[in-house]
Amino acid sequence: MTVGVVVFPGSNCDHDMYHAFKHVLGVPTEFVWHADTALDGLSLVVLPGGFSYGDYLRCGAIARFSPVMQAVKRFAEAGNPVLGVCNGFQILLEAGLLPGAMLRNESLKFICRWVHLRVENVDTPFTRGLKQGEVLRLPIAHAEGNYFAPEETLEGLAAHRQVAFRYCTPSGAVTLEANPNGARQNIAGLSNRAGNVLGMMPHPERAVEELLGGTDGHRILQSVVDHLLARPASAAAAV
Amino acid sequence: MRARVFVTLKKGVLDPQGKAVHEALESLHYTGVGSVRVGKLFELSLEDKPEAQAMAELRTMCEQLLANTVIEEYQIELLPAAGGRS
Repeated sequence: MTVGVVVFPGSNCDHDMYHAFKHVLGVPTEFVWHADTALDGLSLVVLPGGFSYGDYLRCGAIARFSPVMQAVKRFAEAGNPVLGVCNGFQILLEAGLLPGAMLRNESLKFICRWVHLRVENVDTPFTRGLKQGEVLRLPIAHAEGNYFAPEETLEGLAAHRQVAFRYCTPSGAVTLEANPNGARQNIAGLSNRAGNVLGMMPHPERAVEELLGGTDGHRILQSVVDHLLARPASAAAAV
Repeated sequence: MRARVFVTLKKGVLDPQGKAVHEALESLHYTGVGSVRVGKLFELSLEDKPEAQAMAELRTMCEQLLANTVIEEYQIELLPAAGGRS
């Protein structure tokens, strides 16, 4: 099993993600350059946070057209897990791998702090090790995390249980006060219908060691590693 | 030939930037402003080609890249080339 962390020009959480998988979880991990067109031998692809292509035009709008994204699309369509964090989530939205779009935070401010998240769906590779309804603590750091989707899309997300995480109070109440950025329905993370593509604004890779202030992110990354270990080797699709 | 593309947030999509600008205008005592929406303007210089063809290409540029049609809408304006040539 090998994890691939995609590096776009302007990615800045790529090394944190690499460190989390390789040194904390102890999983073989490689960087994948944005100009690469194949993802041979990888079992999980991660789009890390940062400011790909300077966030020019819209966050993720240009990264979406980099050569590697065609391969990521095929990789996802073959059922392999793809995780997008922060800017990686924004890229997945722009690429149409997840529904909706990001607006500027309601406050117009870049927000960098710890938030609480309620686990809404444990039936994805990334959340299988969590408990339904439990509250996690993870950091966010973004200016465009105000998730928007039209009403019919939100209904679709609910019908197919695609919301993975919502911003909540420490006791797990999903309230306006607990919403840091104005995201519709407090949505902090969501998956595609199949569950193998997950995007989230909070940074699991920044909460993998006690030294960093928390380890709830470790559990998310460990979930997908456990999912891959439980999967027969032959299931890894060649892309 | 040249074109201008205006990209703005759709009606019903909250525009925090526009709201902040509106509040700033009010604090400067411009009291008659009902609301402000902030958008983007693209100025493109293009190879000369029939208008219909240029419009069709500009529309696909908007759909593919210039606008995110989940949250934004666009308007295209074709302009004569500056100084008669481009």
